[in-house]
Amino acid sequence: MSGRLETRPKGDGMRKILEILENDARATPKQIATMTGISVAEVKNIIKKAERKRVIVKYKTMINWEKVGHDEKVWAMIEVKMQPQKDVGFDAVAERIYRFPQVRTLYLVSGTYDLAVFVVGKTMQEVASFVSQKLAPLDGVHGTVTHFLLKRYKEDGEILDAGGEDRRLPLTI
Amino acid sequence: MKKCTARRLDKVPPSGIRKFFDLISSMEGVISMGVGEPDFATPWHITEAAIRSLEQGFTMYTSNAGMLELRRELSAYLKRTYNLDYDPDTELLITSGVSEGLDLAVRAIIDPGNEVIMPDPAYVAYPACVLFADGVPVQVPTYCENEFRLPASDVEAAITPRTKAILIGYPSNPTGAVMEMERLAEIADVARRRKLLVISDEIYNLLVYDMEPTSFACLPGMKDYTIMLGGFSKAYAMTGWRIGYAAASHEIIAAMTKIHQYTALCAPTMGQIAAIEALRSGEPEAKRMIEEYDRRRHVIVKGLNNMGLDCFEPRGAFYAFPSIRSTGMSSEEFAESLLMEEKVAVVPGTAFGKCGEGHIRCCYATSMSNIGEALNRMARFVHKHRPV
Repeated sequence: MSGRLETRPKGDGMRKILEILENDARATPKQIATMTGISVAEVKNIIKKAERKRVIVKYKTMINWEKVGHDEKVWAMIEVKMQPQKDVGFDAVAERIYRFPQVRTLYLVSGTYDLAVFVVGKTMQEVASFVSQKLAPLDGVHGTVTHFLLKRYKEDGEILDAGGEDRRLPLTI
Repeated sequence: MKKCTARRLDKVPPSGIRKFFDLISSMEGVISMGVGEPDFATPWHITEAAIRSLEQGFTMYTSNAGMLELRRELSAYLKRTYNLDYDPDTELLITSGVSEGLDLAVRAIIDPGNEVIMPDPAYVAYPACVLFADGVPVQVPTYCENEFRLPASDVEAAITPRTKAILIGYPSNPTGAVMEMERLAEIADVARRRKLLVISDEIYNLLVYDMEPTSFACLPGMKDYTIMLGGFSKAYAMTGWRIGYAAASHEIIAAMTKIHQYTALCAPTMGQIAAIEALRSGEPEAKRMIEEYDRRRHVIVKGLNNMGLDCFEPRGAFYAFPSIRSTGMSSEEFAESLLMEEKVAVVPGTAFGKCGEGHIRCCYATSMSNIGEALNRMARFVHKHRPV
């Protein structure tokens, strides 16, 4: 009369826990324990270890600011074309760029430009000043193209306006 | 005022979940394990096929039997999945879901007073459809101790000169139980000897765990005695599209089509086009969803057993059917109190027949986090109410 336990390969428990937390950072150790079949103490232990090793980098909440009122923030995606430097390639310039507090996300990409820089500021003027005064003059930077973000439809796999709600009736047979 | 509705309807009791539905609708923050449908959206490529078809103007009726292209795909699917040969021209009918298929099957074979044998508990529409056809549902009790198997000897004992058919769901809604082929073969043997038809509701057919899908019609000599009802709702997450099918002998399909052409006329065209896409390339997505149900199944069965609600391991569909007898409550009391105190919705077993008493149906077609939270709330509820 009792249920069969799934046998898991070693390390799969950690992956399961991380997947749950990636989807919902507020999931409690007790909930995770129920969902995975791992004990609460072990869940806590695994989470602590993952935090220590920076496997879990940060717990974050995704906000649709447009729903709160008007968004005071201005976002821009800046394409940066640059000259790779001897021995360090793109890394040294990239590091200089990601140290700026205005830079929220930075990727090295393939294609017609090299870096994709996501910047946030209070006004378009502030972002423009950052690009012209801080970013563009850096040694190795050959050119920039600034795209201001007009509307966010989907971010990190989530549809910002529509996703989430269960449209099913609460009870059916 | 003179009674204006048909007396036939008086024999059909109102749905056992109506009051729960009204209660839940007025409450906030309810975790529902009471739904009978997938929580996944229809795979996007299937939806897209329907969108494209609408853009191209496929908005007209199809033939009564359904689009020939779909029937051909279906015929090929039944061949490759079950090694069954059905002629797409004469032995297949596309219906508006299995619900319509069931109604057509019963009406096509039942004369007033004919009896149809079915298990108890069983899907709510089984007895209702028989009553709508002026037939008599004969419910054979099945028990948890026996994982709700329908014994062939009990089926045989229930046969009278008025018996016309046996109606079974494979796998079972509400219990999730799957009868072994040997047991089904015993029922098939009874059907053959006593010349009874078998209506086999196989809407959950692909949703089986640790085993290969099969069909009642695969049993030796049973193809001609079986009306196989299948559809796309559950395995492909297409409940709202209303596309099902019936596979049976030419004579039965012709009779069912006769009713269908005067009532539904044809199944929705865009749904039929979506179904073609599902048959052609929906298998990987269906497999992914089934694997996820399987993971949830282990979590829910273990959770229910841990809190002392004995639950056998369901091997099909997406329902767990635990016993709540240890709480001393009736199924309805349990479901209602659980909803009011912990905001978890389940369906009382009695909604599916008298033998459902002492059980609740928990659907695990909901997110793992909902299942986790629902189990925690249920455990708290059971702990509070269990007699010492």
